[in-house]
Amino acid sequence: MSAPSRILVLGASSAMAQAYARRRAATGAAFLLVGLNAARLAAVAADLRACGAPSAEVATADLADPAGIGAHAAAFRARLGEPDEILIAYGELGDQAESERDLDAARRAFDVNFTSVALWTLALLKDRPPQAPLALVVIGSVAGDRGRASNFVYGAAKGGLDRFLEGLAQAYAATPVHIVTVKPGFVDSPMTDAIAKGPLFASPDAVGADIVRAVEKRRRVVYTPWFWWVIMTIIRHLPWFVFKRLKI
Amino acid sequence: MSAWGRLSRAPHEVTRPPFLDDAAALIRTSGAPGTSRLVRGLGRSYGDVCLNAGGPLVVTDRLDRFQSLDLAAGRVRAEAGMSLDRLLRVIVPRGWFVPVTPGTKFVTLGGAVANDVHGKNHETAGSFGAHVDKLGLVRSTGESLTLSRDENAELFAATIGGLGLTGFIAWVEMTLVPIAAARLHTESLAIRDVDDFFRIAEDSRGWPFTVAWVDCLAKGRDLGRGLFMRGRWAETGDLDVHRPPRLGFAPELPGVLLNSLSMRAFNALYRKRPFAVGACTQHYDPFFYPLDALANWNRLYGKRGFYQHQCVVPFPAARDTVVRLLETTAAQGQGSFLAVLKLLGESRSGGVLSFPMPGATLALDFPNKGESTRRLLATLSEIVLAAGGRLYPAKDAVMTPEMFRAGYPDWRRLEAWRDPAFGSDFWRRVTGDAA
Repeated sequence: MSAPSRILVLGASSAMAQAYARRRAATGAAFLLVGLNAARLAAVAADLRACGAPSAEVATADLADPAGIGAHAAAFRARLGEPDEILIAYGELGDQAESERDLDAARRAFDVNFTSVALWTLALLKDRPPQAPLALVVIGSVAGDRGRASNFVYGAAKGGLDRFLEGLAQAYAATPVHIVTVKPGFVDSPMTDAIAKGPLFASPDAVGADIVRAVEKRRRVVYTPWFWWVIMTIIRHLPWFVFKRLKI
Repeated sequence: MSAWGRLSRAPHEVTRPPFLDDAAALIRTSGAPGTSRLVRGLGRSYGDVCLNAGGPLVVTDRLDRFQSLDLAAGRVRAEAGMSLDRLLRVIVPRGWFVPVTPGTKFVTLGGAVANDVHGKNHETAGSFGAHVDKLGLVRSTGESLTLSRDENAELFAATIGGLGLTGFIAWVEMTLVPIAAARLHTESLAIRDVDDFFRIAEDSRGWPFTVAWVDCLAKGRDLGRGLFMRGRWAETGDLDVHRPPRLGFAPELPGVLLNSLSMRAFNALYRKRPFAVGACTQHYDPFFYPLDALANWNRLYGKRGFYQHQCVVPFPAARDTVVRLLETTAAQGQGSFLAVLKLLGESRSGGVLSFPMPGATLALDFPNKGESTRRLLATLSEIVLAAGGRLYPAKDAVMTPEMFRAGYPDWRRLEAWRDPAFGSDFWRRVTGDAA
């Protein structure tokens, strides 16, 4: 596979997005980096240019706000040129207990992690030239594989996203659009700083490397690190009478 | 949190800001009023310069971005948490290298500045700080300063080797050196004794990189026997970068294995291994970073951790002092896997508290066996003090305030520039009430 030339990154200041983009920058990719904070995006862009990106531009947008998506998507595509790779990396772990108390918090968790992401994929795929190859990479989560008491709001959003992308991938199966769902386990990133970190945590860089491989090998779903496939296969197959007693 | 020597384990209020603006906010606000804060990189210093027990510790590992890279001029500016590991991955394929490197690439630029680290080329290149052109410093007041030899020059000098006490080093700008290949021509020669070391060192003036490994358990006529390694950059070859560590995690060896017998066996094997002596062309990774092949090698010293004594003793008494230090170590039989001996040149960084000075530096590891180890370290320190030498704060865990003030008579200049909200276990230990 030839190196991608134009990559659109939504949520570009996330740790996983940076790790992935650094690897792609080394192969000469150009970037449009989108996020909330212009100064942070500029710091990421400067880093990518030093790593070999011929250009790395930035744009600010509230990605989670469904209202702006259509117009923004068109503007980004016009500015970068039709991307041949898109990474959607933003997300918010949220607080399960707060989501159960406060409907606005729950709705926000769904908007950030499911609704807006699904709308972005639709907006970015709309009216694409049918022959143009595209790798559309979306960061999901192992949390979406089964609903658990400790985080089923976030988990449901990621699980819904998993179903959505599965259907989208089937719809585009006969086209040069390749859709990858990345399911990281625990990643040592700012998003998980509130959780006590243990040996199961992977570095963002390890996840970045796995995403590169998944795109190159045209994988549909990838667990990262790989052992989460084993863990989640077991968890998905636990019978209800066992699962309901688990404190996970 | 522990330091590399794993001698202590104390809770810290650890934060790992992902961007410089978060870091600056933490520098202003973290901790209860009146508690001192400290910034830490990858924690490769051995003793307590990177510890602030019970207080805020801002870790910079996520602040690892390039800010600019000029491949024509060989200039780089990067956030202070960038490791040499990452820097080399990007610059080596494009024909550049860091002008000075310590014995591990798992240090940050900020840490290299704060400890003004030196390398195998100290005699010709000086220490790390000599190649730093500009620094960004954020003080606890929120003030953001640019430091250089022309701008805020005194604060710049205090920050080079300033143990991270003058504020948060946010970014570092430095000059790189061009390389034609990622390889060095190296030679390894047998050293019979301490005099032989000084003779070979004198003969090796044309070699920019020199270092000797010494069998610190050898006594009598064999005192100081070992291997002298010297190298220079190759003129042709690939510009391939190093690989990640081969062994991810070293086991924690039980203390009973760390006795003089096992150390003797290791030292003998190291000296007599095939190809121990001879010339070759090798990649920079095994030459500069032999221990990086084994991540967390510090765990080999067991649960109780280890001390390192690294001193520099000035000429002309350097030879006699090294003999006395090695005699004392050998007599105790508490030797270590690797003792390193090397000549240092003029400190050219201008750092107020920089360790290097013209003379010989000796580094000895000792597994922590409690009181007997600390007694030996105290004896070694007295020998160094009497010779007009000093200990390296980055390695130290035992230096007394008297020893510190004798070795670093300018320490009050750093104290004057210290950010009042910054402190470390090391600084409290060696300055005591005087600070």
